[in-house]
Amino acid sequence: MKDTDIKRLLYTHLLCIFSIILSIFIPSFFLENFSILETHLTWLCICSVFVTAVNLVLYLVVKPNASSKRSSLSYKVTRFLKCCIYFLMSCFFFHVIFVLYGAPLIELVLETFLFAVILSTFTTVPCLCLLGPNIKAWLRVFSRNGVTSIWENSLQITTISSFIGTWLGAFPIPLDWERPWQVGFSYLKQQNKCLYSDGKTEEASQYACINDVVQLSSDATSLSL
Amino acid sequence: MRLGSGTFAACCVVIEVLGVALFLRGFFPAPVRSSSRTEHQAEPPAPEPSTGASSNWTKLPPPLFSKVVIMLIDALRDDFVFGSKGVKFMPYTTYLVEKGASHSFVAEAKPPTVTMPRIKALMTGSLPGFIDVVRNLNSPALLEDNVITQAKAAGKRMIFYGDETWVKLFPQHFVEYDGTTSFFVSDYTEVDDNVTRHLDKVLKRGDWDVLILHYLGLDHIGHISGPSSPLIGHKLSEMDNILMKIHTSLLSEERENLSPNLLVLCGDHGMSETGSHGASSMEEVNTPLILISSAFERKPGDIRHPKHVQQTDLAATLAIGLGLPIPENSVGSLLFPSIEGRPVREQLRFLHLNAVQLSKLLQENVPSYKKEPGFEQFKMAERLHGNWIRLYLEESTSEVLFNLGTKVRRQYLDALRTLSLSLSRQVAQYDIYSMLVGTVMVLENPAHPNSRWSELDVVILLGTMGHVLSLGASSFIEEEHQTWYFLVNTLCLALCHEIYRNCFLGDDCEPRRCSHGERGFVNTAPALQDRSIGHDELEPHRASKSPTSLNTLRGWEKWMAMASPWVILTCCRLLRSLNQTGVQWAHRPDLGHWLTSSDHKAELSVLAALSLIMIFALVQRRCSLTSKVAMALGLLGVYCYRAAIGNVLFPWQRDSKDISKGLIEARFVHVFVLGILFTGTKDLLKSQVIAADFTIKTVGLWEIYSGLVLLAALLFRPHNLPVLVFSLLIQTIMTKFIWKPLRHDAAEITVMHYWFGQAFFYFQGNSNNIATVDISAGFVGLDTYVEVPAVFLTAFATFAGPVLWASHLVSFLSSETSSGSALSHACFCYALICSFPVSAYIILVTSLRYHLFIWSVFSPKLLYEGMHILITAAICVFFTAMDQTNTKS
Repeated sequence: MKDTDIKRLLYTHLLCIFSIILSIFIPSFFLENFSILETHLTWLCICSVFVTAVNLVLYLVVKPNASSKRSSLSYKVTRFLKCCIYFLMSCFFFHVIFVLYGAPLIELVLETFLFAVILSTFTTVPCLCLLGPNIKAWLRVFSRNGVTSIWENSLQITTISSFIGTWLGAFPIPLDWERPWQVGFSYLKQQNKCLYSDGKTEEASQYACINDVVQLSSDATSLSL
Repeated sequence: MRLGSGTFAACCVVIEVLGVALFLRGFFPAPVRSSSRTEHQAEPPAPEPSTGASSNWTKLPPPLFSKVVIMLIDALRDDFVFGSKGVKFMPYTTYLVEKGASHSFVAEAKPPTVTMPRIKALMTGSLPGFIDVVRNLNSPALLEDNVITQAKAAGKRMIFYGDETWVKLFPQHFVEYDGTTSFFVSDYTEVDDNVTRHLDKVLKRGDWDVLILHYLGLDHIGHISGPSSPLIGHKLSEMDNILMKIHTSLLSEERENLSPNLLVLCGDHGMSETGSHGASSMEEVNTPLILISSAFERKPGDIRHPKHVQQTDLAATLAIGLGLPIPENSVGSLLFPSIEGRPVREQLRFLHLNAVQLSKLLQENVPSYKKEPGFEQFKMAERLHGNWIRLYLEESTSEVLFNLGTKVRRQYLDALRTLSLSLSRQVAQYDIYSMLVGTVMVLENPAHPNSRWSELDVVILLGTMGHVLSLGASSFIEEEHQTWYFLVNTLCLALCHEIYRNCFLGDDCEPRRCSHGERGFVNTAPALQDRSIGHDELEPHRASKSPTSLNTLRGWEKWMAMASPWVILTCCRLLRSLNQTGVQWAHRPDLGHWLTSSDHKAELSVLAALSLIMIFALVQRRCSLTSKVAMALGLLGVYCYRAAIGNVLFPWQRDSKDISKGLIEARFVHVFVLGILFTGTKDLLKSQVIAADFTIKTVGLWEIYSGLVLLAALLFRPHNLPVLVFSLLIQTIMTKFIWKPLRHDAAEITVMHYWFGQAFFYFQGNSNNIATVDISAGFVGLDTYVEVPAVFLTAFATFAGPVLWASHLVSFLSSETSSGSALSHACFCYALICSFPVSAYIILVTSLRYHLFIWSVFSPKLLYEGMHILITAAICVFFTAMDQTNTKS
């Protein structure tokens, strides 16, 4: 049972990473002048859509906490609507936090909000998929010794790594190296003094995924031993 | 053991201060200078080079100008003359620049852009070291070779009016002088009138050779209200009129004497967008330099754009113009346009003199000078010059002479440029030995208490480590405020997480986890045990009282506790937009500028009044009755003071015509500050004598704290009063809803105080840049410049944030915990967390001492750190004193 779970987990994370990579290359076939650094806002939208879609599909296919109880259509609809509301709320919540961290209140509001959206995509969406709109379960997973399955463990690690990645992503902002690869956030820098950079979440999440994979494979080896 | 640790830490910090002082002494190098300082008079001037035939020009050339007037306007920025402001307010100067007989330049001043080093640079042509900023307040006589000394030796009669610094730098050089003190910053009319009133008489007399005028008014206006103030325009028109007066008088005299005079208009440094100076931004560095003389006549249509030159070039030019030897430490090259009108032979002679002087300086400072490109160029030029002289003496055809002359001249100019550049770049040797000893002394402190680190929270440690590492990059130093705001925000979110977990899950039975939710998994079991032990040890009386923490709060208090982190975060966000500091985003509009602009005086008045009322409301609750009254009167006095010097308005006051220095009001407040501090000290002493009454001591400490708050309220500029209010508000909220219910241990509370103190240092508008120090705070309530109180007041106003938070820490800890170990433990932690960045920074600076930004970024930060560690030492001594009284009682 556990071995199959670990295998599935590995595949889901690989798929997630793959979808992020795809979101970099696929749009360039359909959109003109698309590149991560220059049209980063479009890319952020596309990336969050991709990741959400992959998460949903995986949830529907894998069903980690498949409840045998069949429920009515109306129940499913309300559940889905609740999830949407939770997602929006988390976006606004993150937005408020970014503003408190120093993002400008009025100018660049779109950038800030999209950043909130992508952070929500990497943190809230997996939680919603796995745990549903159930605050109690969330609190349980994110408190000490509350993890019951390997799925929840992976959720905990990826979410926390995303937060740390976002947090660390703010550090290059004061630098004034003027290097070509800094274009992405030197653009941001010129206009604002806020403490975020968008490309970073993505990387952080990838790191999170990679960490995850590494840890899981070590888990697997220890289990097989 | 614990009891000793506080005292030990205080001793260590004191030793560290000595170490830092020693390090600073070694770090700031002696500038490039010539070794033969004493017998420079004996040296004969270099003869004209010649091959074959001997030249008869072996003496110094005669002066080019019979009279020289130097009109130096403090903080004259280049765009005040060459920009739109110049066109509008300085029509005569603009006419001279565009059409008159003049040469105009943009002279680049090297940082530190502070008056005294700039005067030295102008007169000696050398680059004064950074340490001159520190010496700026008591300038000793200038011993280096300079134009003024040379002129005096040559028997020139010099007259000086203006900034007293000159008189101190050149004592007994002037036959007549009237120094005005530059330290009363809020006066900008009288300082200039004191200069101008002599002008008519002196210009008529004509028994002098050099006249130097140093006008301070513009700089003072900049300090008070910034470069966009309407006062600037008035001042510029005034200066323009003075320039016209001098110029016409010089012209009329020339008609009688037939030899040209020289009028120099220059600035010593510029003015940043905030009106300050000291750093190296474009606005501070670029100053106009205009040479006006009938010798520079030009044909109509000859457009001369202001060229970029170095400020140090003026010394060489003046020396040539007055027929003096060039100061031997000068790194500047002659401003060639000023001698363009002379015959070719003279031109070459002047260039040769300058090149000889520069190459001599190079020889003395660079061992491998022969390989320097500048030196090679110079040798080449000298050879060509010799050939030219021979041809000249043999009286060849004029065309050959002219062509060769042009070639020689070009060669000389190239050589001068290269020589001057390589000399300016020359980094003087650091005094490695004293730097090493200093570092060892500083390191001695943090090396010892390694074993105690487990007491500190992992998060806080990681935050501190991150901050320390960030000190290695110049951008992070320039933008250090961002780091602190970021850390404080994270701290608030972590606290928020802790409160919510406590409220919802109520996991009181298990020990408190690492407060940083995101790093929860990093925490280790030993640290937890350790802390819970320390916890019990620190607050035994609390542990027995009730095991639950937040449950002790009921109803609305619980909700308040949950809202408190958000309130604090909002406060921080508002404060952040009050003052933009740093470098990259400092120019952006902020609330502070909006408030200080003259259109929004009414808003500023309302805000200041509200802030003062809030301060009273927040401070009075724990004071005794006497100090309550004193506090109220004192805060009223603060408002009166600000109204008197014209910053804010009374409701019944329509215009601000009668601006005074506000001496009476400020002294009134000073009396109350001293009164409150005295009451507090008295209470402390009483508590020691009686020994039983614990509350007296608490009240005493709080009164000392409130006295400091009152002093800060007096010294802060009115738009910064909200900073004080928010600081008090955050302290109140944290005390009531976070530290007490969550029972943090002394170490954590200390670190939080330190972080907030640092953040408030930057919220005040400070940065790691000398220019942001508000010097005017040092003159509140002082009639003239008195060194000790002025330095003390400026230091307090600058470091008010950290000092207020530290004194709040003392008063909080001694009121919350009856056990003595908390204070000494807190003292230990405070000393550790303050000295750790300093020691790391010193090592970093040592390794980065050849960094490009060492002078503009790292050195000012080093001075700030030095000052900070001095203040930390004072705080730690205070801690220890409190701790001792505690143990005795």
